[in-house]
Amino acid sequence: MVHSFSFDGINVALDVASNSVHVLDDCSYALLNGQATKDRFSETDISSATAELERLTAAGRLHSQDVLKLPKFNGRRQVKALCLHVAHDCNLRCRYCFAGTGDFGHDRSLMTWEVAKAAVDFLVGASGSRQHCEIDFFGGEPLMNLPVVKQTIDYVRDIERKTGKIFKLTLTTNAVALNDDVIKYLNSENVSLVLSIDGRKPIHDQLRPDCAGNGSYEQVLRGIKRAVESRSGKNYYVRGTFTAKNTDFFEDVIHLAEQGFAEISLEPVVTSIAELQLQSEHLPEIFLQYELLAKKLFEYWHEDNAINFFHYNIDLNNGPCIVKRISGCGAGSDYLAVDPTGKLFPCHQFVGKTEFCVGNVLDGITDHSIVEQLSAASVFSKPECGDCWAKYFCSGGCHANNYNHNSDFNKPYQLGCQMQKKRLEMALWLKAKQYLNSKIG
Amino acid sequence: MNQHVVTINDTDIRKNVENSGCGECQTSCQSACKTSCTVGNQVCINEEVK
Repeated sequence: MVHSFSFDGINVALDVASNSVHVLDDCSYALLNGQATKDRFSETDISSATAELERLTAAGRLHSQDVLKLPKFNGRRQVKALCLHVAHDCNLRCRYCFAGTGDFGHDRSLMTWEVAKAAVDFLVGASGSRQHCEIDFFGGEPLMNLPVVKQTIDYVRDIERKTGKIFKLTLTTNAVALNDDVIKYLNSENVSLVLSIDGRKPIHDQLRPDCAGNGSYEQVLRGIKRAVESRSGKNYYVRGTFTAKNTDFFEDVIHLAEQGFAEISLEPVVTSIAELQLQSEHLPEIFLQYELLAKKLFEYWHEDNAINFFHYNIDLNNGPCIVKRISGCGAGSDYLAVDPTGKLFPCHQFVGKTEFCVGNVLDGITDHSIVEQLSAASVFSKPECGDCWAKYFCSGGCHANNYNHNSDFNKPYQLGCQMQKKRLEMALWLKAKQYLNSKIG
Repeated sequence: MNQHVVTINDTDIRKNVENSGCGECQTSCQSACKTSCTVGNQVCINEEVK
């Protein structure tokens, strides 16, 4: 299968099975799409372009044979990552919060040290011989339970010394409570930060008010700038959400870049609130934003001022292996979320939905049915993914999005698919443009 | 020397299938997104170490 598209003067072809990416001139692009006529191109050009396309096909870089079945995992699928919900409480009241403004539909609560310790013990046991483990301190707002975060980190470091395991620690925060002492501590422990800000002040303030209903932009921006500067611009992402209220979100990405942030992620909202939900009628505007963004990112890169936009940050030479590409994020199999009481869920987006509770940190996984369903979910189990050119980049999409929209892990969320495909085209275009500029000038 | 087509990467994801799936790479949704899974923008940790 080959996917080809043309954008801003560059023709790109992706050979899906091999993941080879080609830039084509107009003649070879027309040939590839069965549109090369003698009134448009010379016989010489058609002949030489045909020969080049045939050579690529013979070399397995075009029209190549797809993987026919799911390769087996080298190791057993083992839980290696936890999303630790240390606080089901929050000091903001974001309108689109999938966590119900922090409480996940239940009482506001904090995780105790005993539960956090048991969660780490569970992870160490469940991860077996795997060396690399991950914990994301999440919420609600995890800094509302900083003492337990600190105890957990101390405990994890001790385990690293004793076992040789390596823990990657991340903390996802709204930045309200990021003061100098907290920042210094998180830097000293090499904790990656995911810092939430939505972009322009009116957008951010409208959707991310504090408990009194006041905008949080100034306070949040101050905290994030301080944190990013203190770690020399390393080991962080600023992360925002766009909704139906800001389908011109290109402006928000640029606003964040203009604040000096070089690692930016802006995500489509997940919400059931009608006025914020993204709908198919928004897609033309959303696609335009992704196009504007790709062009602007090239400009930044060309000026030696590169911005990493999370969804465009693909690595065409050193990307994930085929097994990872086929099997996806690992929610429910490699990755679980822990609520403040110690209950286990397939991922953070399922927390609070009791029908998705798969066990607890003391007893481990006790309900294997959902885990097995998610472990089996792959691009091969999703009929709509078989013929999709993007399948080895998105792995069939987010399980939670699929379930929330279609009540089926194996039925992709179509609006998400369309946005994903546009993002991937723009990511490929950006790579092609950068390549051509580096090689040819 | 190709005149019409430039290939910009030099990998084939179908190769080395036997040695793939070690599971040491980062969980995709832990990095920055949290609401929209993308696997293609990750890197292979084994290749990274080499």
